[in-house]
Amino acid sequence: MPDLIRRPQIIRSAPAPAIVADDFARLVLTVSADAPETSESAATVVLPSVADAPNLIVPLAVWQARRDELLARNAEGGKLGVSLAPGEEAEALAGDFAHLALIAVEFPKFVDGRGYTSATLLRRLGWSGEIRAVGDVLRDQFFLMRRCGIDAFALKEGKDLNDALKAFDDFSFTYAGAVDDPRPLFRRVHRGDASLDTGKSS
Amino acid sequence: MYRYDAYDHAILRQRVAQYRDQVRRWKSGELTDDEFRPLRLQNGLYIQRHAPMFRIAVPYGLLSSTQLRKLAEVARDYDRGYGHFTTRHNLQLNWPKVEDTPDILEKLADVEMHAIQTSGNCVRNVTTSHFAGIDPDEIADPRPYAELLREWSTFQPEFAFLPRKFKIAVSGSTRDRAVTLAHDIGLNIKKNAAGEIGFEVLVGGGLGRTPILAKVIEEFLPWQHLLTFVEAILRVYNSYGRRDNPYKARIKILVHALGAEQFRKEVLEEWANLKDGPSTVGAEELERIARHFTAPDYAALPASDARIEALKASNPAFARWVARNVHPHKQSGYAAVTISLKDPRQPPGDCTSEQMEAVAELADQFSFGELRVSHEQNLVLPDVPVSALPEVWEAAKAKGLSTPTVGLLTDLICCPGGDYCSLANAKSIPIAAAIQERFSNLDYLFDIGDLDLNISGCMNACGHHHVGHIGILGVDKNGEEWYQVTLGGHTDGVKGRETALGKVIGPSFSAAEVPEVVETLVRTYVAQRHDDERFLDTFERLGLAPFKEAVYAGRRPAALNTSAARESTHA
Repeated sequence: MPDLIRRPQIIRSAPAPAIVADDFARLVLTVSADAPETSESAATVVLPSVADAPNLIVPLAVWQARRDELLARNAEGGKLGVSLAPGEEAEALAGDFAHLALIAVEFPKFVDGRGYTSATLLRRLGWSGEIRAVGDVLRDQFFLMRRCGIDAFALKEGKDLNDALKAFDDFSFTYAGAVDDPRPLFRRVHRGDASLDTGKSS
Repeated sequence: MYRYDAYDHAILRQRVAQYRDQVRRWKSGELTDDEFRPLRLQNGLYIQRHAPMFRIAVPYGLLSSTQLRKLAEVARDYDRGYGHFTTRHNLQLNWPKVEDTPDILEKLADVEMHAIQTSGNCVRNVTTSHFAGIDPDEIADPRPYAELLREWSTFQPEFAFLPRKFKIAVSGSTRDRAVTLAHDIGLNIKKNAAGEIGFEVLVGGGLGRTPILAKVIEEFLPWQHLLTFVEAILRVYNSYGRRDNPYKARIKILVHALGAEQFRKEVLEEWANLKDGPSTVGAEELERIARHFTAPDYAALPASDARIEALKASNPAFARWVARNVHPHKQSGYAAVTISLKDPRQPPGDCTSEQMEAVAELADQFSFGELRVSHEQNLVLPDVPVSALPEVWEAAKAKGLSTPTVGLLTDLICCPGGDYCSLANAKSIPIAAAIQERFSNLDYLFDIGDLDLNISGCMNACGHHHVGHIGILGVDKNGEEWYQVTLGGHTDGVKGRETALGKVIGPSFSAAEVPEVVETLVRTYVAQRHDDERFLDTFERLGLAPFKEAVYAGRRPAALNTSAARESTHA
């Protein structure tokens, strides 16, 4: 059976940062380098029933290989998310948005920053639903992730959710434009003064 | 120079608070070592051989006297009373305590300084020419563009965890003094036929273990598009740069693998999404920044000063210092002065707190309170009235800061090496000291003339050995320290021959042999040179052969054989 990762609580950054209950299960293919014959493939992995896991996140390869089965689950009342691993193109999902309840961006290691670009490109492609960071997700990256359009955070196991909520307050101002506000600071406020231009700030 | 507004201050204060909390959580065990490492690196903190190393940014090499005094204070209060200026304009402290680093940053923030992104796999401190704004051959001042990039790259959220570090250099002169070809992105300011400012954009240069010179991917990028174009380059790199092997992760490897033309296509395709978007820079924003870089209040001074000419004639030491350490200035009656950090009694680039304070005083008295850090690891007073040169010289001399060797063999670039750095294969400071001792005769040094000698303690090339006329690289062979010598690298910066990488001369040498090897190379040059040829010119005319012959001919065959065998075993 495939691994099903569940986080009973996740963090959402909007409308205000909060800890919320969550019942998605994220399917991860079991891959064994030592015994390749026991590895699961997207084509053959056993998908959980809607009863066992009504809300399911699957890797992009599983979605591409098992599209009809997954759409049938949707028809039975399930909800579907697809996760993008580093190196997988956001464009691969561009035609599928209507079928998805969320898109997960995987951070297998938090120092692998490809997920920030994946999230940015998903927003550019017009995805307005949830983008959830999954994997090695730590509070010290929340601020950056949120700026790139990630709005749900499946915090790494063993980390303190309440503590992590504080990370959204790290900075009140930012220089570069990004997904959350495409305008650089110099287009958001009047620069050059000794006091903050709170009137025009957004 | 650029002064912070309320937003810059607010962002910096919040950064210090964020980092202080990260240190606290690391101490309490909430953050593991692995989780803390990238966070501390992006705040300039390494864990080194003996102690942490803390790298403070000097944005594009500009310092005020107030900032330099603060660096002196911090080095005295939290370290051993000295710091080390690097080839990337930064100041490194070698012995701080991790626990003190938030307090150090708090003090630095008082004078608009920080250690943001001085390490880690992110966009690093942007560098430029130490003569920016005063260079007689300047097309346009690169500093406003460097500041635009500083702000854009500071906590840019998408590119904080790139495959590898990312260095940007901007040059504004016809002669490139920022070594743009050896950077991940090099930007050379140009003017088009209509007189408008733009950039020649180069990508994929770097030294390190795979030295590659950058390729031009855009001939003329109008300045308004600077940020969107750089963003496009970084997005392509972040998506496709290799992450499986840190030695193959720099953008140069990606550009090389794709080919510059294909890389350019990818960038232009991405840029089409960004061009003319909100990150396009407007005249108002450029002017806001450029206002900080206007010329100081120069006095109307005569171009030459009879008193100075007389002193030069009567005082050979002063004349030497003027010949090497004083540089032309675009303002009549002014000069730029290099405050040398190459006194043989100190490691190259090192500066004591007392010296920093003395230089700050000189900047206040004679250079409008400003100074620069050069990539050759010296300090520069940018705006000195020619009439004040004797006073500057006397004051610098009193503090061991007047070594008259700029551009000569002993003005060497040198990394901290195995004495401090945990990456190093070999020591570099004692090699520098031995060479400086060997070449202590100023008459001889002046006769040898322009010669760049660069030393790196390992192939990461912090001492830029690839681009030294003579390059010395520390290598490890069975736990012993050996030194490989390259010839013919340079950073002339002249259009068409901006930079070249040196060629390996042959089997490596022991530390004890290095000064004699350098001496033999120099003697070969002196014997073979034509009238005004520099070492580099003679090398380029004759090639490697005569130098190689001279160096290895004098060695006992047994030693040569052993050495050659070593090379083939461990190449």
